[in-house]
Amino acid sequence: MTTSSVNLDFVGREYPANAPYSVGREKIREFAAAVGSTHPAHHSVDSARGLGYPDLIAPPTFAVIVAQRAEAQYIEDPAARVDFTRVVHADERFVHHRPIHAGDELVTVLTVASITERSGLAMVTTRCDIYALDAVSAATELVSTVTSTLAVRGEGL
Amino acid sequence: MSATSPVSAVRPDITTLAVGDVIGTRSVVVDRARLVRYAGASGDFNPIHWNDTVAESVGLPGVIAHGMFTMGAAVALVEDWAGDPGAVVDYQTRFTRPVAVPNPGEAVVEVSAAIGAIDLEARTVRVDLTVTFEGARVLGKSQAVVAL
Repeated sequence: MTTSSVNLDFVGREYPANAPYSVGREKIREFAAAVGSTHPAHHSVDSARGLGYPDLIAPPTFAVIVAQRAEAQYIEDPAARVDFTRVVHADERFVHHRPIHAGDELVTVLTVASITERSGLAMVTTRCDIYALDAVSAATELVSTVTSTLAVRGEGL
Repeated sequence: MSATSPVSAVRPDITTLAVGDVIGTRSVVVDRARLVRYAGASGDFNPIHWNDTVAESVGLPGVIAHGMFTMGAAVALVEDWAGDPGAVVDYQTRFTRPVAVPNPGEAVVEVSAAIGAIDLEARTVRVDLTVTFEGARVLGKSQAVVAL
Protein backbone atom coordinates (compact mmCIF):
# COMPACT_ATOMS: atom_id res chain seq x y z
CA MET A 1 0.00 0.00 0.00
CA THR A 2 1.25 3.45 -0.87
CA THR A 3 1.51 6.09 1.81
CA SER A 4 1.77 9.82 1.64
CA SER A 5 5.00 11.39 2.81
CA VAL A 6 3.19 14.20 4.66
CA ASN A 7 4.48 14.59 8.23
CA LEU A 8 1.63 13.76 10.60
CA ASP A 9 3.44 15.36 13.55
CA PHE A 10 2.18 18.76 12.37
CA VAL A 11 -1.48 18.06 13.21
CA GLY A 12 -2.73 20.58 15.75
CA ARG A 13 0.22 22.90 15.32
CA GLU A 14 -0.67 26.57 15.80
CA TYR A 15 1.62 29.30 14.49
CA PRO A 16 1.98 32.68 16.16
CA ALA A 17 0.25 35.64 14.49
CA ASN A 18 2.22 36.61 11.38
CA ALA A 19 3.35 40.05 10.16
CA PRO A 20 0.43 42.41 9.42
CA TYR A 21 -1.06 42.60 5.92
CA SER A 22 -2.15 46.14 5.03
CA VAL A 23 -5.31 46.15 2.91
CA GLY A 24 -5.06 48.83 0.22
CA ARG A 25 -7.75 50.33 -1.99
CA GLU A 26 -5.87 49.60 -5.19
CA LYS A 27 -5.33 45.96 -4.19
CA ILE A 28 -9.07 45.57 -3.60
CA ARG A 29 -9.81 47.17 -6.98
CA GLU A 30 -7.18 44.99 -8.70
CA PHE A 31 -8.45 41.75 -7.15
CA ALA A 32 -12.11 42.62 -7.80
CA ALA A 33 -11.32 43.39 -11.45
CA ALA A 34 -9.38 40.13 -11.80
CA VAL A 35 -12.35 37.99 -10.68
CA GLY A 36 -14.94 40.18 -12.42
CA SER A 37 -16.55 41.58 -9.26
CA THR A 38 -17.95 44.81 -10.64
CA HIS A 39 -20.07 45.81 -7.63
CA PRO A 40 -19.28 49.50 -6.93
CA ALA A 41 -18.55 48.82 -3.24
CA HIS A 42 -15.21 47.34 -4.42
CA HIS A 43 -14.37 50.30 -6.63
CA SER A 44 -16.01 53.49 -5.37
CA VAL A 45 -15.36 54.77 -1.86
CA ASP A 46 -18.58 56.79 -1.99
CA SER A 47 -20.55 53.66 -2.89
CA ALA A 48 -18.96 51.63 -0.07
CA ARG A 49 -19.68 54.42 2.43
CA GLY A 50 -23.22 54.61 1.12
CA LEU A 51 -23.65 51.01 2.27
CA GLY A 52 -22.31 51.93 5.70
CA TYR A 53 -18.70 50.75 5.35
CA PRO A 54 -15.72 52.91 6.28
CA ASP A 55 -13.93 52.31 2.94
CA LEU A 56 -13.87 49.98 -0.09
CA ILE A 57 -14.81 46.43 0.92
CA ALA A 58 -13.06 43.32 -0.35
CA PRO A 59 -14.77 40.63 -2.47
CA PRO A 60 -15.71 37.42 -0.58
CA THR A 61 -12.61 35.49 -1.69
CA PHE A 62 -10.06 38.32 -1.24
CA ALA A 63 -9.04 36.80 2.09
CA VAL A 64 -7.26 34.04 0.16
CA ILE A 65 -4.39 36.49 -0.37
CA VAL A 66 -4.01 36.90 3.36
CA ALA A 67 -4.54 33.21 4.11
CA GLN A 68 -2.00 32.00 1.55
CA ARG A 69 0.74 34.05 3.19
CA ALA A 70 0.01 32.39 6.50
CA GLU A 71 -0.33 28.90 5.01
CA ALA A 72 3.12 29.26 3.44
CA GLN A 73 4.62 29.06 6.94
CA TYR A 74 3.49 25.44 7.03
CA ILE A 75 3.48 24.35 3.38
CA GLU A 76 6.96 25.71 2.64
CA ASP A 77 8.47 24.14 5.76
CA PRO A 78 10.56 21.19 4.43
CA ALA A 79 9.85 19.31 7.67
CA ALA A 80 6.11 19.30 6.82
CA ARG A 81 6.94 17.21 3.71
CA VAL A 82 4.11 18.67 1.59
CA ASP A 83 5.33 18.03 -1.97
CA PHE A 84 3.77 20.88 -3.91
CA THR A 85 4.12 19.13 -7.27
CA ARG A 86 1.74 16.47 -5.93
CA VAL A 87 -0.87 18.82 -4.47
CA VAL A 88 -4.34 19.72 -5.69
CA HIS A 89 -6.70 22.14 -3.98
CA ALA A 90 -9.65 20.11 -2.64
CA ASP A 91 -11.87 22.67 -0.94
CA GLU A 92 -12.03 26.18 0.48
CA ARG A 93 -14.36 28.02 2.84
CA PHE A 94 -14.59 31.65 3.94
CA VAL A 95 -16.57 32.72 6.99
CA HIS A 96 -16.76 36.49 7.33
CA HIS A 97 -17.70 38.12 10.63
CA ARG A 98 -17.53 41.45 8.85
CA PRO A 99 -16.23 42.43 5.39
CA ILE A 100 -12.51 43.18 5.08
CA HIS A 101 -12.09 46.82 4.10
CA ALA A 102 -9.33 49.11 2.85
CA GLY A 103 -7.27 50.34 5.76
CA ASP A 104 -7.46 47.07 7.69
CA GLU A 105 -4.24 45.78 9.22
CA LEU A 106 -4.67 42.01 9.31
CA VAL A 107 -2.72 39.37 11.19
CA THR A 108 -3.37 35.66 10.80
CA VAL A 109 -3.12 32.75 13.18
CA LEU A 110 -2.58 29.53 11.24
CA THR A 111 -3.56 26.12 12.59
CA VAL A 112 -2.94 22.76 10.94
CA ALA A 113 -6.43 21.48 11.71
CA SER A 114 -6.20 17.90 10.44
CA ILE A 115 -4.30 15.49 8.23
CA THR A 116 -6.15 12.36 7.20
CA GLU A 117 -4.69 9.61 5.04
CA ARG A 118 -6.65 7.35 2.76
CA SER A 119 -5.15 5.02 0.16
CA GLY A 120 -2.00 7.07 -0.17
CA LEU A 121 -3.87 10.37 -0.47
CA ALA A 122 -3.33 12.84 2.37
CA MET A 123 -6.03 15.43 3.00
CA VAL A 124 -4.41 18.39 4.76
CA THR A 125 -6.76 20.95 6.28
CA THR A 126 -5.54 24.32 7.53
CA ARG A 127 -7.48 27.05 9.32
CA CYS A 128 -6.56 30.73 9.18
CA ASP A 129 -8.13 33.01 11.76
CA ILE A 130 -7.71 36.55 10.45
CA TYR A 131 -7.79 39.42 12.94
CA ALA A 132 -7.87 43.17 12.38
CA LEU A 133 -5.54 45.19 14.57
CA ASP A 134 -6.67 48.46 16.10
CA ALA A 135 -3.57 50.63 16.11
CA VAL A 136 -4.95 52.90 18.82
CA SER A 137 -6.29 50.41 21.33
CA ALA A 138 -4.03 47.48 20.28
CA ALA A 139 -7.20 45.36 20.38
CA THR A 140 -7.83 42.60 17.85
CA GLU A 141 -11.12 41.69 16.18
CA LEU A 142 -11.77 38.37 14.43
CA VAL A 143 -12.73 39.32 10.88
CA SER A 144 -12.61 36.13 8.82
CA THR A 145 -11.87 32.44 9.09
CA VAL A 146 -10.49 30.66 6.02
CA THR A 147 -10.47 26.86 5.93
CA SER A 148 -8.57 25.16 3.12
CA THR A 149 -7.97 21.52 2.27
CA LEU A 150 -5.18 20.28 0.03
CA ALA A 151 -5.07 16.74 -1.36
CA VAL A 152 -1.50 15.44 -1.53
CA ARG A 153 -0.89 12.37 -3.69
CA GLY A 154 1.51 9.81 -2.31
CA GLU A 155 4.37 8.27 -4.30
CA GLY A 156 3.07 5.95 -7.00
CA LEU A 157 -0.32 7.63 -7.32
CA MET B 1 -14.51 48.71 -15.24
CA SER B 2 -17.78 48.55 -17.07
CA ALA B 3 -20.28 51.07 -15.79
CA THR B 4 -23.14 49.16 -17.34
CA SER B 5 -23.03 46.20 -14.97
CA PRO B 6 -26.54 45.73 -13.59
CA VAL B 7 -26.49 46.13 -9.84
CA SER B 8 -29.65 45.95 -7.80
CA ALA B 9 -30.16 49.14 -5.86
CA VAL B 10 -32.52 47.41 -3.46
CA ARG B 11 -31.81 44.39 -1.28
CA PRO B 12 -33.86 41.27 -2.00
CA ASP B 13 -36.87 40.83 0.29
CA ILE B 14 -36.35 37.54 2.13
CA THR B 15 -40.09 37.06 2.65
CA THR B 16 -40.72 36.91 -1.11
CA LEU B 17 -38.06 34.27 -1.84
CA ALA B 18 -38.69 30.54 -2.27
CA VAL B 19 -36.33 27.58 -2.28
CA GLY B 20 -35.51 26.76 -5.88
CA ASP B 21 -35.79 30.33 -7.17
CA VAL B 22 -33.04 30.99 -9.71
CA ILE B 23 -31.45 34.32 -8.87
CA GLY B 24 -29.33 34.58 -11.99
CA THR B 25 -26.97 33.06 -14.50
CA ARG B 26 -23.66 34.25 -15.91
CA SER B 27 -21.00 33.13 -18.37
CA VAL B 28 -17.38 33.62 -17.28
CA VAL B 29 -14.94 33.79 -20.19
CA VAL B 30 -11.42 32.69 -19.25
CA ASP B 31 -8.34 33.12 -21.39
CA ARG B 32 -4.62 32.99 -20.59
CA ALA B 33 -4.46 36.75 -20.03
CA ARG B 34 -7.21 36.41 -17.41
CA LEU B 35 -5.16 33.77 -15.55
CA VAL B 36 -2.03 35.92 -15.59
CA ARG B 37 -4.08 38.81 -14.27
CA TYR B 38 -5.54 36.65 -11.47
CA ALA B 39 -2.08 35.31 -10.63
CA GLY B 40 -0.80 38.84 -10.16
CA ALA B 41 -3.83 40.03 -8.22
CA SER B 42 -3.91 37.02 -5.89
CA GLY B 43 -0.21 36.27 -5.56
CA ASP B 44 -0.74 32.66 -6.67
CA PHE B 45 2.07 32.12 -9.17
CA ASN B 46 1.87 28.31 -9.37
CA PRO B 47 3.18 27.65 -12.92
CA ILE B 48 0.42 25.12 -13.71
CA HIS B 49 -1.73 28.22 -14.25
CA TRP B 50 0.50 29.80 -16.90
CA ASN B 51 3.15 27.33 -18.12
CA ASP B 52 2.05 24.40 -20.35
CA THR B 53 5.34 22.56 -19.95
CA VAL B 54 5.02 22.47 -16.18
CA ALA B 55 1.29 21.66 -16.32
CA GLU B 56 1.88 18.71 -18.68
CA SER B 57 4.80 17.46 -16.58
CA VAL B 58 2.42 16.92 -13.64
CA GLY B 59 -0.14 15.08 -15.76
CA LEU B 60 -2.52 17.93 -16.65
CA PRO B 61 -3.78 18.43 -20.21
CA GLY B 62 -2.19 21.89 -20.16
CA VAL B 63 -2.62 25.13 -18.24
CA ILE B 64 -5.68 25.09 -15.96
CA ALA B 65 -7.51 27.96 -14.27
CA HIS B 66 -6.88 28.63 -10.58
CA GLY B 67 -9.69 26.96 -8.65
CA MET B 68 -9.75 30.12 -6.55
CA PHE B 69 -10.30 32.19 -9.70
CA THR B 70 -13.37 30.14 -10.59
CA MET B 71 -14.63 30.34 -7.01
CA GLY B 72 -14.13 34.12 -6.94
CA ALA B 73 -15.68 34.71 -10.36
CA ALA B 74 -18.75 32.60 -9.59
CA VAL B 75 -19.75 34.55 -6.48
CA ALA B 76 -19.84 37.94 -8.23
CA LEU B 77 -23.34 37.02 -9.39
CA VAL B 78 -24.43 36.61 -5.76
CA GLU B 79 -22.81 39.90 -4.71
CA ASP B 80 -24.74 41.80 -7.37
CA TRP B 81 -28.02 40.08 -6.52
CA ALA B 82 -27.54 40.80 -2.80
CA GLY B 83 -26.98 44.49 -3.54
CA ASP B 84 -24.17 44.48 -0.96
CA PRO B 85 -21.06 42.28 -1.33
CA GLY B 86 -20.61 42.45 2.45
CA ALA B 87 -23.83 40.45 2.84
CA VAL B 88 -21.98 37.29 1.71
CA VAL B 89 -21.05 36.02 5.17
CA ASP B 90 -20.06 32.44 4.31
CA TYR B 91 -18.87 30.95 1.03
CA GLN B 92 -17.54 27.46 0.44
CA THR B 93 -16.79 25.13 -2.41
CA ARG B 94 -15.10 21.89 -3.40
CA PHE B 95 -12.93 21.78 -6.47
CA THR B 96 -14.11 18.76 -8.43
CA ARG B 97 -12.69 19.18 -11.94
CA PRO B 98 -10.09 21.44 -13.55
CA VAL B 99 -10.91 24.09 -16.17
CA ALA B 100 -8.42 23.69 -19.03
CA VAL B 101 -7.72 27.03 -20.70
CA PRO B 102 -6.54 26.77 -24.33
CA ASN B 103 -3.92 28.93 -26.02
CA PRO B 104 -5.02 30.63 -28.15
CA GLY B 105 -8.71 30.67 -27.31
CA GLU B 106 -10.88 30.75 -24.26
CA ALA B 107 -12.80 28.55 -21.85
CA VAL B 108 -16.37 29.47 -20.96
CA VAL B 109 -17.56 28.61 -17.44
CA GLU B 110 -21.32 28.72 -16.88
CA VAL B 111 -22.65 29.87 -13.49
CA SER B 112 -26.20 29.46 -12.24
CA ALA B 113 -27.37 30.40 -8.75
CA ALA B 114 -30.54 29.33 -6.95
CA ILE B 115 -31.97 29.64 -3.46
CA GLY B 116 -31.05 26.46 -1.56
CA ALA B 117 -32.41 27.29 1.91
CA ILE B 118 -34.10 30.16 3.74
CA ASP B 119 -33.72 30.91 7.45
CA LEU B 120 -36.27 33.60 8.34
CA GLU B 121 -35.15 33.70 11.99
CA ALA B 122 -31.48 34.31 11.18
CA ARG B 123 -32.49 36.36 8.11
CA THR B 124 -30.10 34.45 5.90
CA VAL B 125 -30.47 32.53 2.67
CA ARG B 126 -28.19 29.86 1.27
CA VAL B 127 -27.50 30.33 -2.40
CA ASP B 128 -26.40 27.18 -4.23
CA LEU B 129 -24.12 27.73 -7.21
CA THR B 130 -23.97 25.38 -10.16
CA VAL B 131 -20.70 25.97 -12.00
CA THR B 132 -19.99 23.96 -15.14
CA PHE B 133 -17.41 23.74 -17.90
CA GLU B 134 -18.05 21.71 -21.05
CA GLY B 135 -21.23 20.40 -19.42
CA ALA B 136 -19.57 19.01 -16.27
CA ARG B 137 -19.49 20.52 -12.79
CA VAL B 138 -16.16 22.07 -11.82
CA LEU B 139 -17.24 23.17 -8.34
CA GLY B 140 -19.09 20.96 -5.87
CA LYS B 141 -21.16 21.93 -2.83
CA SER B 142 -20.65 25.56 -3.84
CA GLN B 143 -22.74 27.49 -1.33
CA ALA B 144 -22.91 31.13 -0.30
CA VAL B 145 -24.79 32.30 2.78
CA VAL B 146 -26.23 35.79 2.33
CA ALA B 147 -27.52 37.95 5.20
CA LEU B 148 -30.67 39.81 4.18
